[in-house]
Amino acid sequence: MLNVGKIEEGFVLDHIPAGRSMEIYRYLHLDKLDCQVAIIKNARSGKLGKKDILKVECDIDVLNLDVLAILDDKITVNVIKNAEIVEKRELVLPEKIYGVIKCKNPRCITSIEQGLPHIFKLTDANKRIYRCIYCEEKFNGRFD
Amino acid sequence: MRHLMKPLDFTTEELDQLFDLADDIQKNRAKYAHACDGKILATCFYEPSTRTRLSFESAMLSLGGQVLGFASADSSSAAKGESVADTIRTVSCFADICAMRHPKEGAPMVAASKSRIPVINAGDGGHEHPTQTLTDLMTIRSLKGRLDNFTIGFCGDLKFGRTVHSLVHALMRYDNIHFVFISPEELRIPSYVREELREANIPFEEVIDLESAIGNLDLLYMTRVQRERFFNEEDYVRLKDFCILTKAKMKKARPDMLVLHPLPRVNEISVEVDDDPRAVYFDQVQYGRFVRMALILTLLEIKV
Repeated sequence: MLNVGKIEEGFVLDHIPAGRSMEIYRYLHLDKLDCQVAIIKNARSGKLGKKDILKVECDIDVLNLDVLAILDDKITVNVIKNAEIVEKRELVLPEKIYGVIKCKNPRCITSIEQGLPHIFKLTDANKRIYRCIYCEEKFNGRFD
Repeated sequence: MRHLMKPLDFTTEELDQLFDLADDIQKNRAKYAHACDGKILATCFYEPSTRTRLSFESAMLSLGGQVLGFASADSSSAAKGESVADTIRTVSCFADICAMRHPKEGAPMVAASKSRIPVINAGDGGHEHPTQTLTDLMTIRSLKGRLDNFTIGFCGDLKFGRTVHSLVHALMRYDNIHFVFISPEELRIPSYVREELREANIPFEEVIDLESAIGNLDLLYMTRVQRERFFNEEDYVRLKDFCILTKAKMKKARPDMLVLHPLPRVNEISVEVDDDPRAVYFDQVQYGRFVRMALILTLLEIKV
């Protein structure tokens, strides 16, 4: 059994579908934060069989967690303060996503104008469909 | 200030008003001959076009306005790497309204977001071509007297044909429209359009043979297989002659079925069909001019 110590302040992202923690790491831009991050892959889970867990020691206002809802709204976000869980944050699909998803349509204006922000809009909340605001290409659910 | 990016930017009531205005322009040309005196239309065309650009220019000139612009990316600062946003900021200083065509999807929307003048999407890649849709609707309304209760067949490149996607979306808002999609497997109507039709409980069928379907149609919308949308020349060559409308096929059509085509045509409609009174694709061009005149007046908020 792998043991990772408690964090004082930050987030524990639990019930991440196995194998997707690195995607979250990238899209939360955790590589750019000067903080401790623990990535636990393929942890045993009663609910999922296998799951990933991310522990991030940081100021709780630093991270924009919108991206998690797009990935999987069943991910549990535990907010930690003073080494205790103070909140279980519910993930809500954001209306718009700025700069997280890149449009892969080679005919999209963003493919030639590098300065344009990549923005996706929620067009069908029930089916969790996001489309590029420029060309309306559907986000395929994968970040890479 | 309003822009036109997609046909659905206008409600059906607003479309009715626009078509009523276009009707009035058609009947009373002199009344509108100076409606846009002192106004300038900029046509910013980053890819070649004959009909759309000339139609916009003719529309503005017929309203007494003037036109300026460029007809290819090579003859604009885009060739130097200028962004669409910077170009429209500049154009906003020279003109009162802009029609923009761009090979990249969403470019007119980027322009609209930075513009101080109304921007009309004159075609963006395989995405939207709203003024063609307005033209198509105007043609149908003028010649059929209604925009509901008919069976319409779309034939040819239904995958990349932006005029098809736009017209389907526009017609979905009217009652009792039955869609027949006629194309080879590789050029089928996109799955998202099929999904939308299913969700809206709008009947449609997909067939690959025009001859067997033509007898049931009130309208036939032909399209060109567009070489510029293919990344692979082999696919284009293989598919371009898939479906050709001939005089023999027209014999199986209803006597009042109309044939529309957004043009340009390559070979998908034999020239022998041109003299058939049901072939209305050149009338469509004329309706396009009137509807663009109505659109310019509407977006400039000019009342006559």
